[in-house]
Amino acid sequence: MSYRIEAFKKASFCRHFENQVYQNVQKKNIKIPVYLSAGQEYIAASISTILKEKGIEPNIFIQHRGHSTYLSFGASPVELVDELLGKKTGCAGGMGGSASIHSHEKNIFGHDGLMGSQVPIAVGHCYSTRKPTIVTMGDASAEEDYVMGALGWASTKNLPILFIVEDNNLSILTEKKMRRNWEMDDVARAFKMKAVNISDDPLIIRMHLENYNFEGPMLLNINTNRKYWHSGAGQDGDNFDRYENELKTLGEEAIQIDLENKQLVEKLWEQQLGIQ
Amino acid sequence: MGTTVRDTIKEITRKHLTEGRGKCYGQCLTAVGWVGGTLPEMYEEGGMVELSMADVAGGAIVTGAALAGERAIYVVRYQGFQWYNAVSVANYAAKSKELWNRPCPILVRSIAMEGGIGPVAGSSHHSIVSRMPGIKVISPMTPKEYQYAYDCYMNDNDPYYISEHRKSYDNEDELRTFIDDKEVDFTIFPLSITRLEMIKLVELAGAENITLNIIHQLWIRPFNVNPLWAQALNRSRYGGLVTDDDYVEGVASSMANELSLVSTKRVHTLGLDPRTAGFYASVDNLPPSAEKILEKLKQIKNGI
Repeated sequence: MSYRIEAFKKASFCRHFENQVYQNVQKKNIKIPVYLSAGQEYIAASISTILKEKGIEPNIFIQHRGHSTYLSFGASPVELVDELLGKKTGCAGGMGGSASIHSHEKNIFGHDGLMGSQVPIAVGHCYSTRKPTIVTMGDASAEEDYVMGALGWASTKNLPILFIVEDNNLSILTEKKMRRNWEMDDVARAFKMKAVNISDDPLIIRMHLENYNFEGPMLLNINTNRKYWHSGAGQDGDNFDRYENELKTLGEEAIQIDLENKQLVEKLWEQQLGIQ
Repeated sequence: MGTTVRDTIKEITRKHLTEGRGKCYGQCLTAVGWVGGTLPEMYEEGGMVELSMADVAGGAIVTGAALAGERAIYVVRYQGFQWYNAVSVANYAAKSKELWNRPCPILVRSIAMEGGIGPVAGSSHHSIVSRMPGIKVISPMTPKEYQYAYDCYMNDNDPYYISEHRKSYDNEDELRTFIDDKEVDFTIFPLSITRLEMIKLVELAGAENITLNIIHQLWIRPFNVNPLWAQALNRSRYGGLVTDDDYVEGVASSMANELSLVSTKRVHTLGLDPRTAGFYASVDNLPPSAEKILEKLKQIKNGI
């Protein structure tokens, strides 16, 4: 299967999963705050596909809005559904909700709820293990002062860590231009780190990761569009949708995969909700 | 001469690093004084890791190292800096085991001192973290206590906050709890550096015919009340007093409450004055001395 189709397969699964979450919030089957990654799924789908091709199994540190990262890197969707339903069989034992998910099996580390704290924690973990490490953050979390300190230290120690900024331009509904006049790739380069500011086009992501093998730190600021508001309270409207665009571009094979994923995810949710 | 607390910490750290048990992290560790002489003169290749001066990030970086399974020692040179440094220790390391079944056993060396160092750096701030479930807080003031605290940490998988005090570093004596079989006036439950005032306090109080039980407090969290303490408290005419090197609206009040609940007596508190410390002697805010503790006892006795 080609890279682009493989990435689509993951993104499509994530999209249908998140649509189901959204619907189940509306139906009140899910009673906790949820942080949906729909619209942003191509970042995790692309990077996980690229690293799989390279045979790299990184340690992964995520934050809220991390369902797609969790799913794309192969953690259990059943356990994620159970977690969102507050079951003890959930990936965080029914304690983590949407924001603090994790997976022992896939080396995905949970988040405590302090925005951006996963960045210095990932850096410390990486310093200790010296293993390839990925840490994701939003464009708002990236503004935390301790994120800056962590970037600086990772650069100083030349750690094998990939920082991924999922830049949807929004903190709740406050746009980036209202908060700052700089970009994270500028900051990273000032810390003497490789860094780029790119779109979530899977081909562009691959171009920038093709020759990267965690020989040192790198930051990708990836521009994307969030489909659902914070906690799934509303939708952002008619932004460019990478998933829809790929579905249209890739044609029949993608349409078939998408249909299978939709059915698979619906069945999964029905099964975990106990709907016959 | 016996072994001091300083030498004990230094030897523990040397073995910790040379025997591959983990690393030691902090800011300015390799500076002239080697953190009051408590560190062996080692560098990054030997496991002594200099963090940058980013306090909040530094605490989280060491938390991440502990999460990786490394037995990380994190040195914070002034307890007051924990308002920055303890963020991830209290919010990640303390919760990781319960949330995700991932232990994060970091050992935080949190060092108190006082005297002319202003509104933040002085005193013990162990109350900050003591309210957080999942973290153990202990305040050793003697060589054997320090070794015990370290051994507990190494045989546990919880994060440990060791509330140290620089004035204890020269101490080579063990501190003995004293409980009289007969009725006394007060039972004192001293914490942190106030424990070193107890010998003098007993002398001063004795001169005024005030009799005391002295029950030294090593553990802050968990705080488990020994039944003997409750009995001693019940035999105390005027109740108990918890003394601390922090503001009383923290562990001192919490301990006093616990002790009151298991006895028939009131337990009072004495810690820092409820005001900000200035840099000059006239406006400083120091831990209660033996004289100040005695004054408090006389006030309680006289119903003031």
